Amino acid sequence: MSATTAGRLPRRRSRRRRTWRRAIGLAAETIACLLILVWTLTPLYTMVSVALEQNDSIFSGDVWPAHPTLAGFWTVLTENYWYVARFWHEMGNSLIIGLVTAVLTLAIGTLTSFVLGRMKLRFSWLVSNAALMTYVIPMSFLAIPFYRVMQNYGLSNTLWAVIFVEVTFATPYAIFIFQQYGASIPIELDEAARIDGASPWAIYRRVYLPLMKPAMVAVGTYALLLAWNEYLYMFLLLSSPDKMTVPVALGQFLNSDEAPWNLMMATAVIYALPPIVIYYAFRKHMSAGLTMGGVKG
Amino acid sequence: MDATPLDTATAALARGRARLRGVGRWRFGRGGPHGSDTGWALAFLIPYAAVFVLFVVYPVLYGLWLGHAPSSYRQLFADPVYLKTVVNTLIYLAIGVNLHLFGALMLSGFFMRKNWRVRSLLLVYILPWAVPAIPTFIAFHWMLNGEWGLINNVLYDVANINGPSWLNYRWLALGSSLVAYIWKWMPFWTVIFLAGRMAIPQELYESAAIDGAVGYKRFTLVTFPLLANLYLICTLLSTIWTLGDFNTIYFVTGGGPALSTHVLATLGIRDAFEVDNPQLGMAAVMSALPLLIPLVIVLMRKLAKSQVQL
Repeated sequence: MSATTAGRLPRRRSRRRRTWRRAIGLAAETIACLLILVWTLTPLYTMVSVALEQNDSIFSGDVWPAHPTLAGFWTVLTENYWYVARFWHEMGNSLIIGLVTAVLTLAIGTLTSFVLGRMKLRFSWLVSNAALMTYVIPMSFLAIPFYRVMQNYGLSNTLWAVIFVEVTFATPYAIFIFQQYGASIPIELDEAARIDGASPWAIYRRVYLPLMKPAMVAVGTYALLLAWNEYLYMFLLLSSPDKMTVPVALGQFLNSDEAPWNLMMATAVIYALPPIVIYYAFRKHMSAGLTMGGVKG
Repeated sequence: MDATPLDTATAALARGRARLRGVGRWRFGRGGPHGSDTGWALAFLIPYAAVFVLFVVYPVLYGLWLGHAPSSYRQLFADPVYLKTVVNTLIYLAIGVNLHLFGALMLSGFFMRKNWRVRSLLLVYILPWAVPAIPTFIAFHWMLNGEWGLINNVLYDVANINGPSWLNYRWLALGSSLVAYIWKWMPFWTVIFLAGRMAIPQELYESAAIDGAVGYKRFTLVTFPLLANLYLICTLLSTIWTLGDFNTIYFVTGGGPALSTHVLATLGIRDAFEVDNPQLGMAAVMSALPLLIPLVIVLMRKLAKSQVQL
C-alpha cells in the first residue's frame, strides 16, 4: 500500500520501522501475558468450576459448568452433607494450629535473634549454625521419627504435636530474617536504654520488639502459611475426627471411592481463600522479608 | 536526610564509645559488672534451645537409629520399586529443579517490564504460591483424569482427540506431576530473581551498553554474572526442598500406577506407615543422605559467607 511511497523517505521509513517493531513487541508481550495467564489460572479454574457443578453433572465432562450453582459452597458452609459435617470444626483446628504456630514462632524467633544480634554471647555462632542446619533439613525426612517421638512425649493426637513441628521448621527462617532486619536498628538505642538502667528484658520489650514490627508481620505470615500448607504431619499426628484439619479431610475425600467432588472442591476453594487474602494484604512485607535473605547472596 | 559533619562526628564518637564498652565487657568477663547479661542471654535462648533439642536433635538421632540396620538396606535394595523410585527422584532433581529455576530466571526478566499489564499480571502469576498446596494438587489430579478431566475435555473439544488416561502410564504420570510441581514453585523463585534483578544498579547496564553490551549480551555479560551466586544458592535450596517434597507426588499421582512414580519422600512414608515397617521407610529416606549431605555442606558455606557480606 503506502509502504512503497513512504519508503522513499528514509526518515519516515525508520519511524515506520520503529512503529512496526513496537507493534510486534506489543503483540509478543500480549501473547506472553496470555500464555502466563492461562498457565497460572487453569488449575485454579478447575477448582472453581468443579465446585460450581451440580451434584449430578460432575462427571459430565463439560469444560464450562452447564448450570453453575453455589449450592456446593452452601452445602459445605452449612455442613449439610455427611462428608462435610465437621467442616467448621476442621477449619477451627486449622486456624488454631496456624495462629499458635505464628505466635510461638514470633516469640522464640525474636528472643533468639535478640541474643544473637544484640548481646555478646560467646557461643552464639553455635546457635545460628543449629538454626541453619534445621533450615536445610527436608521437613518430610523427619516424619517417621517424629511419629514415635510425639508418642514418647505424649503429644500424639493433639494439636500441639503439629504446632511444635511447624514451629521447629519455621523458627530458623524467623531467626535469619529477624537477625538481618535487626541489624538495621542502631545498637546505640540499646546502649542508651542500658545507661538509663534498663534490663535486657526491658530493652527487648520496649526497644527491640516495637522496632521489629515490619519483619514480624512478614515472619508471622510465613509461619501461618507454612502451617496452612501442611499435610503430612497433620495426617500422621492427628488421628481422631475431633482433631482433624481441613487438609486431612481433603486427603480422605481423595482416597474414598464415592467422593462428592464438587463439595471437595468447594471445601478446597474456601480453604484456599484465607492465605490469598493474607498474602495480598501483606504483600509488601512478604516480598521484603522473602527476598532479604536471597538478594545479596 | 542530610548528614552534617557534626552528626557524623557524633555518630563516630558514639561508635567508638560503644566499642570501648564492648572491650570492657570482654575484659571483665562473666564475673564482671555485665555478668548478669550472660544469664539474661541464656534465659532468652532457653525456648529455642528446648525446641532444638526436643524436636530436632532427638528426632534426628532417633531417625538415624531407626535407619542403622544393614538388613533394612538389603531389603530396600532388593525391592524393584526402590530402583524406580531412585530414578524418579533423580529425574525430579535433574529436570524439575533446573527447568523451573531457569524458567523463573527468564520470567523474572519479563516481569521487569514497567507497564501496567505486566505489573498486574505479576499479581495473578504469584497465586499458585499463595494458594495452599493440597487444594491445587487435588485440582491437578482431577484435571488429569482420562474420562472427565479438563485436559482431555479440552483436547476433545478443540482437536477431537481422545486423550490418554494421564495417570495410568508411568512417564505421563511422572511428567504431569512435574508440571504441577513447576506450576506451584516457579512463581516463588521468580519473585526471588526479580528482587535480585532489581538490586542491580541501572548505571551498570548503561555503562555496559556504551561498551557494546546490548540485546542478549546484556543478559549474558551483565545480568547473569551478577545473579550467578544467587542462582546457585537457589538451585541448592530448591534441590534440597525438592528432595523432601511429599505433597506433589502424593496428591497428583499417589505414587501410581503400580507404585511406579514414587519419589524417596513418598516411598519412605509408604514403607513406614502403609507397609508398617519404620526401619525400611527410614532406610529409604536415609539412602538420600549421600546426595543430601554434600548439598547441605556447600549450601551452609554459601549462606554463611553471604551473611558475612551483608
